[in-house]
Amino acid sequence: MSDKSNWKIWEVFVRSKNGLSHKHAGSLHAPDAEMALKNARDVYTRRSEGVSIWVVESEAITASSPDEKEPLFAPSDDKVYRHPTFYEIPDEVGHM
Amino acid sequence: MGESHSLEERFQAYVDAENKIEPKDWMPERYRKTLIRQISQHAHSEVVGMLPESNWITRAPSLRSKLILLAKVQDEAGHGLYLYSAAETLGADRKDMIDDLHTGKAKYSSIFNYPTISWADMGAIGWLVDGAAIANQVMLCRTSYGPYSRAMVRICKEESFHQRQGYEIMMRLAKGTPEQIAMAQDALNRWWWPSIMMFGPRDEDSPNSAQSMKWKIKRKSNDELRQEFIDKTVPQAEFLGLTIPDPDLKWNEETGHYDFGEINWDEFYQVIKGNGPCNKQRLDDRRNAHEAGEWVREAANAYAEKEAQRRKEGNAA
Ligand SMILES: [Fe+2]
Ligand SMILES: [Fe+2]
Repeated sequence: MSDKSNWKIWEVFVRSKNGLSHKHAGSLHAPDAEMALKNARDVYTRRSEGVSIWVVESEAITASSPDEKEPLFAPSDDKVYRHPTFYEIPDEVGHM
Repeated sequence: MGESHSLEERFQAYVDAENKIEPKDWMPERYRKTLIRQISQHAHSEVVGMLPESNWITRAPSLRSKLILLAKVQDEAGHGLYLYSAAETLGADRKDMIDDLHTGKAKYSSIFNYPTISWADMGAIGWLVDGAAIANQVMLCRTSYGPYSRAMVRICKEESFHQRQGYEIMMRLAKGTPEQIAMAQDALNRWWWPSIMMFGPRDEDSPNSAQSMKWKIKRKSNDELRQEFIDKTVPQAEFLGLTIPDPDLKWNEETGHYDFGEINWDEFYQVIKGNGPCNKQRLDDRRNAHEAGEWVREAANAYAEKEAQRRKEGNAA
């Protein structure tokens, strides 16, 4: 059991304060979720950087692949009318 | 052939436009290899870098200085972990990297092969060694590989306390008794040259630098970083009333920089080769620490298995 390779990689997400979303901080190794949380506290929040931590097994994350970037993100590129700057509102109307 | 050529060209154009490369993006194999080597060496340096300072944790002159030193050394452990994580995003295996360190296959910064013989060395290390590391790391915050860059931003935030606590130790000693002043001067004498060697060989003797600069892994050359560091540090030494051990060091009105004497490159290469004063001791200590921690890893595994078993049984019941 001296082989550490059975320690899974966990991704760590930290909420820096209430009102903000959890944000990816990095990753670490741990044998289970409980210890991953404890390690995350030591590694990623030594200066009260967080009020809440999530740990997720890296393997459990399904990621979009960069090769699909175009089909995945392209549809919004040609829909400029989704952005407020598409519309011209006269100055007299005031801020809108 | 034509295909890979155009991929490399697109990659270069993407980097030239100041875009960051993320783990799943296509990258040239040599870019990946260069980064794995550089990031893992950097991680090893953080980890081995704990050893010279841990020598003084039990001998710190006050509780205050002991707490500070402990916090600094713990930070360095964290820095090592951020960097191993960054290397793993490139497909490197943590265990392989650590094995390479322990077998002597991988390098770490040579500065940590010098001994820490007095308390003043804690001051000189924080001030000069962390100072030189910061110069390099501030540059690396803008490196082209996203996870490396993010690790550097996090590290730089923590580093400035390291340099300031070192300078504080130097200030205290430099204002102290004649013996304390002599201690501070002695530490500066011993750490000055190894510190400015930390930036690596001269640009003309650093053949891989050009490619790293082109890929924007590095953003400044070794000589540029070294000059910046010296220009910044000389006034800090003057403020302490200490003398930098270089008779050729003088302000050059024309260039707006300090000129400095010839670095002993023979010493530099000897220490890299393993012939520094503490190379063997550092590697032995590192291997021993790893072996002595074996039972902790085993216990953690046993605990995790038991907990998993318990949950399974709980679910079945
Ligand atoms: Fe560090
Ligand atoms: Fe540091």
